[in-house]
Amino acid sequence: MITTDILIIGAGPTGLFTVFEAGLLKLKCHLIDALPQPGGQCSEIYPKKPIYDIPAYPEILAGDLTTKLLEQTKQFEPGFTLGERAETIDKQEDGTFIVTTNKGTKHHAKIVAIAGGLGSFEPRKPKIDNLESFEDKGVEYIIKEPELYRNKKVVISGGGDSALDWAIFLSDVASEVTLIHRRNEFRGALDSVEKVQELKNLGKIRLITPAEVKGILGKDKVTGVAVEKKGEDAFIIDTDHFIPLFGLSPKLGPIGNWGLEIEKNAIKVNNALDYQTNIPGIYAIGDVNTYPGKLKLILCGFHEATLMCQSAYKRIFPDKKYVMKYTTVGGVDGFDGTRKEAPKAVVKAIE
Amino acid sequence: MQDINIKITDRNGVTHDVVAPTDMAMNLMEVVRSYELAEEGTIGICGGMAMCASCQCYVKSEHDLPEMTDDEDAMLAEAFNVEDNSRLGCQIQITPEIDGLEVELAPES
Repeated sequence: MITTDILIIGAGPTGLFTVFEAGLLKLKCHLIDALPQPGGQCSEIYPKKPIYDIPAYPEILAGDLTTKLLEQTKQFEPGFTLGERAETIDKQEDGTFIVTTNKGTKHHAKIVAIAGGLGSFEPRKPKIDNLESFEDKGVEYIIKEPELYRNKKVVISGGGDSALDWAIFLSDVASEVTLIHRRNEFRGALDSVEKVQELKNLGKIRLITPAEVKGILGKDKVTGVAVEKKGEDAFIIDTDHFIPLFGLSPKLGPIGNWGLEIEKNAIKVNNALDYQTNIPGIYAIGDVNTYPGKLKLILCGFHEATLMCQSAYKRIFPDKKYVMKYTTVGGVDGFDGTRKEAPKAVVKAIE
Repeated sequence: MQDINIKITDRNGVTHDVVAPTDMAMNLMEVVRSYELAEEGTIGICGGMAMCASCQCYVKSEHDLPEMTDDEDAMLAEAFNVEDNSRLGCQIQITPEIDGLEVELAPES
């Protein structure tokens, strides 16, 4: 069981900044994210795109913003449960919460802060009738364990970076790699496209374009796929695995069943006070919440995170007297023993 | 300043006649959101960067729309339910030339 003060669901910019604000109040944080890396949409959708409305940054790439936030929170030693989706929440008698992920990892926290953005990123599934019945029986949407494909026949479909990169990688592992895409053109980094071209010329990747996988064959597991080239009859390719890679799309998912008040696919919060939801002790901050006048901006998420942490502190320590301190005055004491502080002014008499 | 009229058929098959301003640098996806013709969180997920296809629509009228950029073209190559008349709403700017445009929103995916 992982224990922490504030359990943050979602490791996007709002979730990461929460770690900093909580750290100033000496509260420990742990983050859960369905993606394998922190940064949320900034890492998953647009890492190379610029953002122009982060205060004091006239321009910053989304990926760099994530890097900077991780650097800013480092001394508060946040814990991460990555690649897992928060599934259930159980309120304990003492008012604390236990959140369990889809892989069974349990987290015990005094406060839960949902910073889930648009939801957890789930693979987009192509419309093939019997696709879902073959999940984990030869159909995988995410490659977790490349060794699974050692000396196996693999069919990948998709035209983006992940389809190209995995086709390249698996060409060294699998016995046969086929890449199928609806177009002749691929939407990937130029060197990936060139590498696939090279491997195709060497006969290490079979490329079928423009074509689509229309059906899956097999009894208990995948034995082949039916492929249709534009304007031609379908044909069958023998394969052990079919890996559709069509990107990820965010879904609110299990959080929608936690008894929280939902409006327009977002969680209603009290914006007059502290961004708390209808369940005391559960907060929602950043793109995932809604209130009159809500704007889904990173900078608004930062503000919400800050107020939320103050409220969380009062909830955890109802009797402690506390006033907010400027970091310039109080410095920053990390949980790792580091201290940042403004240099002391030197007082010296002039003779 | 000039407002234009657009016919938008939502994902439930209901057609709406809406008025859209040409002087607000808006695109079709934003018009759909401003009239709440698709549920929040199911359209314009990437915010209009041609990176998610959640604003895909089918163009039903014979308007001469600006050509697709490589980004839009590539995104549609990966999206589902794509037809010959598919476009990304976020890439269609509201201009006087598209007055009378008729579109249908593609299913959520």
